[in-house]
Amino acid sequence: MGSGPREKFDNGLVEWVDSRLPIFTMMQKEYGVFPTPKNFNYFWNFGAILMVMLVLMIVTGIVLAMQYTAHIDYAFDSVERIMRDVNGGWLLRYMHMNGAHFFFVAVYLHIFRGMYYGSFKQPRELLWILGVLIFLLMMATAFIGYVLPWGQMSYWGATVITNLFSAIPLVGDSIVTFLWGGFSVDNPTLNRFFALHYLLPFVIFAVVFLHVWALHVTGSNNPSGIEPKGKQDTLPFHPYYTLKDLFGLLVFLIVYVMFVFFMPNALGHADNYIEANPLVTPAHIVPEWYFLPFYAILRAITFDIGIPFTDITIISAKLGGVIAMFGAIGVWFVLPWLDTHPVRSSRYRPLYRTFFTILVLDFIFLGYVGSQGADATLMGVPLSILGLIGTAYYFIYFLAILPWLSKNEKAKPMPKSIHASVLKGKKAAASALVVILVGLGAAGISAPAMAAGEYVKPPQKEWSFDGFNGTFDRAAMQRGLKVYREVCAGCHGLKRIAYRNLTALGYDENQVKNIAAEYFVTDGPNDEGEMFERNAIPSDHFVEPYANENIAKATNNGALPPDLSLITKARKDGANYLHGLLTGYEDPPAGKALLAGQYWNKYMPGHIIAMAPPLVDGIVAYEDDTPETVEQYSYDLTQFLSWAAEPEMEERKATGIKVLMFLLAFAGVMYAVKKKIWADLH
Amino acid sequence: MSAKKTTNSPKDETKRDFLQLTAAAFGVVGVASFAAPLVNSMNPAQDTLALASIEVDISNIPVGQAKTVMWRGKPVFIKHRTPEQIEQARAVDLAVLPDKQSDEDRTQKPEWLVMVGICTHLGCVPAGQKESDAHGDYKGWFCPCHGSHYDTSGRIRKGPAPKNLEVPPYEFVSDTLIKIG
Repeated sequence: MGSGPREKFDNGLVEWVDSRLPIFTMMQKEYGVFPTPKNFNYFWNFGAILMVMLVLMIVTGIVLAMQYTAHIDYAFDSVERIMRDVNGGWLLRYMHMNGAHFFFVAVYLHIFRGMYYGSFKQPRELLWILGVLIFLLMMATAFIGYVLPWGQMSYWGATVITNLFSAIPLVGDSIVTFLWGGFSVDNPTLNRFFALHYLLPFVIFAVVFLHVWALHVTGSNNPSGIEPKGKQDTLPFHPYYTLKDLFGLLVFLIVYVMFVFFMPNALGHADNYIEANPLVTPAHIVPEWYFLPFYAILRAITFDIGIPFTDITIISAKLGGVIAMFGAIGVWFVLPWLDTHPVRSSRYRPLYRTFFTILVLDFIFLGYVGSQGADATLMGVPLSILGLIGTAYYFIYFLAILPWLSKNEKAKPMPKSIHASVLKGKKAAASALVVILVGLGAAGISAPAMAAGEYVKPPQKEWSFDGFNGTFDRAAMQRGLKVYREVCAGCHGLKRIAYRNLTALGYDENQVKNIAAEYFVTDGPNDEGEMFERNAIPSDHFVEPYANENIAKATNNGALPPDLSLITKARKDGANYLHGLLTGYEDPPAGKALLAGQYWNKYMPGHIIAMAPPLVDGIVAYEDDTPETVEQYSYDLTQFLSWAAEPEMEERKATGIKVLMFLLAFAGVMYAVKKKIWADLH
Repeated sequence: MSAKKTTNSPKDETKRDFLQLTAAAFGVVGVASFAAPLVNSMNPAQDTLALASIEVDISNIPVGQAKTVMWRGKPVFIKHRTPEQIEQARAVDLAVLPDKQSDEDRTQKPEWLVMVGICTHLGCVPAGQKESDAHGDYKGWFCPCHGSHYDTSGRIRKGPAPKNLEVPPYEFVSDTLIKIG
């Protein structure tokens, strides 16, 4: 590349470099004057957005890797240390975590844009194939990355997904053992996943380079699907599309930043704030949303395929599901040969557009099906059947409808050139966006049904820490600490909080020192090799009530009292749940017999709880005239434990407001710049 | 309204320049404020800083004995000196010292010598904390790596080390408790 004839640069240094390595000539050619169809709509922003997201993921990932420990005993702790102790660590992690979600938002829009406008067609087949390859690599990277925090969903997700390979006949089990480096998901698995999670993004980067290279050979497709016929159809990439991309990027970042700062865990699962436990499977194992349509396809195949009227099974349901799931992505690789219709853009193919719109809605619907429990129903119909219908349409669309349309669809009359098409309306992009938003909205509305069954929604209280600029109630937190110390601490640890952290409750350093000194920790060994007891100091963490988990279980009828450091984050709707649980003890309904040591709680999933009602009126003496009631204790404790789970929250929201203001202003300026430049054309 | 904008008046040009400069400034500030937390995350974390100062109980160090404690990942020597050792340290003529510093400047209480136990040559830990250790020609500490001799005030007397053993910031919280850092 760039070895052809070269124009001289005025700047001496630039010229010196360029005459030896024509990098500036290349930039000028590929990103400066590069002829680009002049009729792009905003769906053509996502390539640039994806590039930025990839860089953002790599950069935040590298600094996170400097703090992360890839060992099953330390992984979860090291992530919590990033959230609590590393400077700005919560920001890095939330950027990385939500960055993955938004990377997939952008890539799905990018892929479906390519399908809608026929960007995969001749001569862009290889460009498309490289793109599908990038998508596969992204899925692998995202899945592996999700395992690293070593929460419950990490562990069980890894177990379920790696077990897919056991469906392969004959060698399946050996492959799974090989993937694990052992006989279950364990430390060797975590170690290799970390190594691969660091490697794969760079592989993606390399394939992206090829993808962009291929793009610059054929040039971009455009909404009309008509190849540019001359100068009147194109614009130089810079400044027209650099500015338009930047504006689009900023709008995208604004939405992204809202999630990072104000609802960082909205797209994740509360269960992943519980450390991995090979002995307890969470009630609902659900993959991240971006895998859900494929997960639904996996689960749709619930029947063996064999020779009729015999017992011989050729493809078991398990293998069938795996084949269907991988086939659902595999079919994208051959898309250029399934849809061979000479017209690219859906604008001129009303039938294709109709079927494609159904496909998008089907894909979103499959996502919804994947998010539900295996035994869920929708309007009385078992979801497994609806999932199978959705899967069937998915494959019929690619394998039958597209080839049929290729031969039989009569396209609408097309404009002679891009230039001519621009003079017409541009409603297509807007309607596509409406389809996607309506679909996502529908999926979103039905999502709360997800955790139905035994779950009872706790009463929604107004908390001081809710909303865009909510803060914790310091006085309530101090009282909550007292309740924790006098009631909960007997059984529940708070190991992620150090005494020094209590300054956030409004205590000064001396008060913190005094609180710490009331505890004893085992230290040592000393010079004589003996362990000894000493008073705790501010840098110590809250002393655990039990020496180990087994003692904790043995003293509590076999039930392990969970550590409370993350409790409001590790439960859905955590603050309301906690408050509901603490105030939700009642007599069991008639006919329900409870065993000794069991209690009935309205908001506990399954209602049966091993913890005796911990709070009674007057159990903790408050120093001021705050009412000493269960309701008040519970409120104070919830304030305290919400802080314990998210000590960064106030800083996060305050930073978020600044970042949001900045991006809004930046986007405004960028819009003005873009408008000014494009004004000359219209 | 788009029809009006076909010509560029000089006023339009200035407006565009101003807009573009503003946009560029936003870009620079944006990228810088994104990079800042990434870089800052590599600074010592809060749990590390919480251990930046430690309190040491010195009530159990008899006269003539020493104790080594870890502070910021480094050994700190706390020596309970004998009257002879104090005498020796204070009798030295400053003119003969490579790194001129009086014993009074190096101690807060004459009997307690507190210093970072890292040789100022190339970072080894000098011997001399235990009575059975080599103490060097000046009866203080001796670095086995390249043969630096330190006196009873931890000052360099002979060998390749350029500086005296460093005295960390510390204070006596009480007679039996010192806070280092």
